[in-house]
Amino acid sequence: MDYFFTEEQEMIRDLCRQIAEERIKPARAELDEKEQFPSEIMKALAQADLFQIIIPEQYGGLGGGCLENCIAVEELSRACCGVSTSYAASFLGAYPILLYGSEEQKEKYLPLIGSGEQYCAFALTESAAGSDASAIATEAAKDGDSYVLNGSKQWITNGGEAGVYTVVAITDRSKGPRGATAFIVEQGDEGFSVGKKETKLGIRASATAELIFNNCRIPADRVLGREGLGFVVAMRTFDKSRPGVGAQAVGVAQGALDEAGAFARTRKQFGKPIITFQAVAHMLADMATEIEAARALVYATARYIDSGAKDFSKVSAMAKVFPSDVAMRATTNAVQVLGGHGYMRDYPVEKMMRDAKILQIYEGTNQIQRNVIGQELNKEYGRKK
Amino acid sequence: MKIAVCIKQVPDTANVKLDPETHTLKREGVESIINPFDLFALEAALRLREQVGGEIVAISMGPPQAEAVLKEAIGYGVDECLLLSDRAFAGADTWATTAALASGIAGLGEVDLVVCGKQAVDGDTAQVGPGIARRLGLPHVAFVKGFREVDGGRLVVERQMDDGFDVVALPLPGLITVVREVGEPRPPSLKGKMRAKKYEVPTKGAAELGLTPEQVGLAGSFTQVVKVFAPTVSGDRQRLEGPPEETGAQVIDALVDNQVIMLGG
Repeated sequence: MDYFFTEEQEMIRDLCRQIAEERIKPARAELDEKEQFPSEIMKALAQADLFQIIIPEQYGGLGGGCLENCIAVEELSRACCGVSTSYAASFLGAYPILLYGSEEQKEKYLPLIGSGEQYCAFALTESAAGSDASAIATEAAKDGDSYVLNGSKQWITNGGEAGVYTVVAITDRSKGPRGATAFIVEQGDEGFSVGKKETKLGIRASATAELIFNNCRIPADRVLGREGLGFVVAMRTFDKSRPGVGAQAVGVAQGALDEAGAFARTRKQFGKPIITFQAVAHMLADMATEIEAARALVYATARYIDSGAKDFSKVSAMAKVFPSDVAMRATTNAVQVLGGHGYMRDYPVEKMMRDAKILQIYEGTNQIQRNVIGQELNKEYGRKK
Repeated sequence: MKIAVCIKQVPDTANVKLDPETHTLKREGVESIINPFDLFALEAALRLREQVGGEIVAISMGPPQAEAVLKEAIGYGVDECLLLSDRAFAGADTWATTAALASGIAGLGEVDLVVCGKQAVDGDTAQVGPGIARRLGLPHVAFVKGFREVDGGRLVVERQMDDGFDVVALPLPGLITVVREVGEPRPPSLKGKMRAKKYEVPTKGAAELGLTPEQVGLAGSFTQVVKVFAPTVSGDRQRLEGPPEETGAQVIDALVDNQVIMLGG
């Protein structure tokens, strides 16, 4: 299918595909096995200017939007979702600065993030605050011209690898959801440390760690937007980033279909390639159809967001929930098509199946996404009455 | 530091065929790429520039379509390019090729370092790098696998040898040819590729290089390819059978007896 990309978008796709083939595919099994952060690959992505994609031109970036980000993420995910998670998490951490940062903050941080000199991370989740983000316990108290943070964040992608963290903490508990504030915390800030690195089912090349704030003192000019905007910053960030998770899903699913299709052509049983058996061909046909539908939804949503649309929570949630469900099915069925081979670590599809699961969970579980879509529908039909 | 990198456009070796009549490589319909060893030369130059700053100029001799590999070099991050192209260059052997490349490099102004891949995968001579050095009167080190020190006046490099490596100090200006171990080539960059699209490659012919038709191309060549053929495998063959631990030992014995390998003390 031709999605009528611009020349620049094609360039991004081709370059990411080249890096995926040359660098990521040969390394992915070992990175997965050793649960190793892909430092060399991240460096290559930085040298290729891929961290510049969504950084505005005045800060040295390429000024791309959501679609350009999705194109890059999809191609990288086709080879390894652990690598693409490390890559995309840097943008997840950068979006709050892009959306709500002051001129000074943008000038200070965006060039560092765009050059890949520093990776970025976004920290909202806590042990008792997952889907219910309003339950976060980490607090930030104003003290003169600084804030003092106390608490901890859980399961933070790029934790320990990033140099710049955007952290949501409670500044005024009495104000409920309006009492949270987003801050920029730097690696090396007094009282900030990285705790346990988690061991995971999938996306094992990505680093997931606990962040600990123990009287972490940061200057007051690290506030993003203003006090009380914490959850707004988080929600607007997710609205922008969710199609990127959808793009990861499209990439993983496509990678799994590529493996399953190639295998089914060469694997012979009963004297014939198994792709000639309808039972197998129909599985591949469903995978291909769903993937194309998911891809079209992701690109359409990304284009809609890039057009300057104001209200896109619903479509953004759709562009995460559908592709990630497709990816889970497609990768599971890819393992099925490969049969016993698929279950072995000699083939990449079992890893893809393990990797796909997170896409239904992180950046808002698919159940939460359906809540968002449902709430928006409720509003829409309420208005039409 | 001003660095010149020599780049050759070669047929993609995965798909190359020989013309049975002319014994030359069939280039029609075969995709052309940057000579893989020249990618290591580019990477070496890019790393040196990162370390000490400066400018990189990529230079190539070839037909007008060789412009493509120079534009690709822009994508990898070189600053400028120069294509040496002239009908008179056709049929050049390594001697005539070095005449053109040396004149081209001399015309770039003060170049501190020339970097070449150790050889091209189509001709496989490994002569052009050292040949350029000879013509320009530069000291050179071939088969460089790494850098130890870089300062304005000299470069300390590791030269790969069969039994290890030498550490060699090269006064600058000088020339090196590099091997794979010098560093894995980085991917091209988006900004570089965008610049490459608009970049117009400057081109010079024989006259602009101050060379006469007798000095270049077939006329300026000492050698001519008479025949290219695939070697037939000959010699004695011996088949060893038995458990691997026995046949393995027998292979080692045979290799040592025939002085193919030597056991170290």
